[in-house]
Amino acid sequence: MEAFRYIPGVVTLQLKEVLCVGCGACESVCPHQVFQVENGKAQVLDRDGCMECGACVNNCPTKALTVNPGVGCASYIIQKWWMKLRGVEGEITCC
Amino acid sequence: MNQNSFPILQTLPMESTPCCGSTGSPPADPNERPGYALCPYVVGFMETVVGPVPRVATSLTWRDDSGTVRARLGLSRENYRISPGLYCVGYPNALSPILVTANYKLTFDALRCELVGMNCWILALDTRGVNVWCASAHKTFGTEELVRQIKRWRLSDLVEHQEVIVPQLGASGVSARDVKQWTGFRVTWGPIRAADLRTFLRNDKKASAGMRQVTFDWSDRLILSPVELVLFWKPTVILLVALLLLSGIGPDIFSASTAWHRWRLIASAYLGGLLTGTVVVPVLLPWLPFRSFYLKGLLAALPVGLGLVWPYFRSGESWITPAGPLLLCFAVASYAAMNYTGATPYASPSGVEKEMRHAIPVQLFLFVGALFCWLIEPFMITVGGL
Repeated sequence: MEAFRYIPGVVTLQLKEVLCVGCGACESVCPHQVFQVENGKAQVLDRDGCMECGACVNNCPTKALTVNPGVGCASYIIQKWWMKLRGVEGEITCC
Repeated sequence: MNQNSFPILQTLPMESTPCCGSTGSPPADPNERPGYALCPYVVGFMETVVGPVPRVATSLTWRDDSGTVRARLGLSRENYRISPGLYCVGYPNALSPILVTANYKLTFDALRCELVGMNCWILALDTRGVNVWCASAHKTFGTEELVRQIKRWRLSDLVEHQEVIVPQLGASGVSARDVKQWTGFRVTWGPIRAADLRTFLRNDKKASAGMRQVTFDWSDRLILSPVELVLFWKPTVILLVALLLLSGIGPDIFSASTAWHRWRLIASAYLGGLLTGTVVVPVLLPWLPFRSFYLKGLLAALPVGLGLVWPYFRSGESWITPAGPLLLCFAVASYAAMNYTGATPYASPSGVEKEMRHAIPVQLFLFVGALFCWLIEPFMITVGGL
């Protein structure tokens, strides 16, 4: 996906290296090859390549990874803002 | 279907047909059951220890193709599903691989087409008729559902290897560890594209780097355009009707003929903007500068909008006549392009939210500006003409 790069510096992906056991699960599930395991530890090679799909977080055995889960869909975000604006809570219908 | 098991019916001479002049439809298929309908893509059933398992065709018929077209056009996308559960291709046994998929029929069709000549099991999860990636974001393609289906179909009795092959894009919903813990089944991450499955299986279930990487070539981008367009049909109808009414307002309060005359210009500007955002931007995506989609939309709308209103500039009329349509074209193209972020496999939600904080005010300004210019235009022209 070298041809497609999105807005840099906004991704919420966090890796706590202390907790990483180097199992490589993140490396094998990431659809954008963001990770690489080196010397028994995962490293974030391409943070801005992350699309916050949460596959790595879901498969990390030691909870070393976190990411803000979200839906990258404009109408979802508009509904979210609109609800916040009106101070109501409810289910957002989208996608 | 085994029609030869009813030789008497087939050899009946035409003369002895009943009074209605026909022998009726072919005899019932042995697999038919009262209250059920045979799916056209099922070519037979395989008796197994867990009961009869439907065997599916590995090629598509016109029925599948027309369903694909309808789903791609957004006509039947919401309910284009197959029954979740266990299927098979060829003559699988206890050593054959189990491929896990979604019960969106487009996904299911894409998978079975790639399995020509192979023997394997297919486990379709109940993803409410949604594709693997989107469903895994909603966790309907998820650990719980996979565990439920593995148990429901007693896969531990069906196969010896105790392994399921799950598409890699399902990893947002499926936790391989939890599946192992709850069922004993090992999850092996399969390739992203079904087309790579054959190579993957031959290669001892090792996926190459290319198989693990999402791509988004021009056909992937363009095929989503019709659905994006259809999603806009409601606001489009409302807006076009509203614009028709607005276009008639002038110094003589309301004129139907003026409304029709002026509406054609603003409506074509709207549609031009919509097509720019839903078709032109997706096709030109990698070549349009800017990371933000709303800016890509604005840029692409520049030649489209100017092209549409060019005659009005050239004829030396007031600048106010083309201003409204031009601004509307920009606003709509920018909004539609921004909406396309949700269809791409690389826009992060954090990025989309950041983009929208900049984009929405710009689009609102353009939209309100467009309506304002369009409303005052008849009065300006009249004043200018006096």
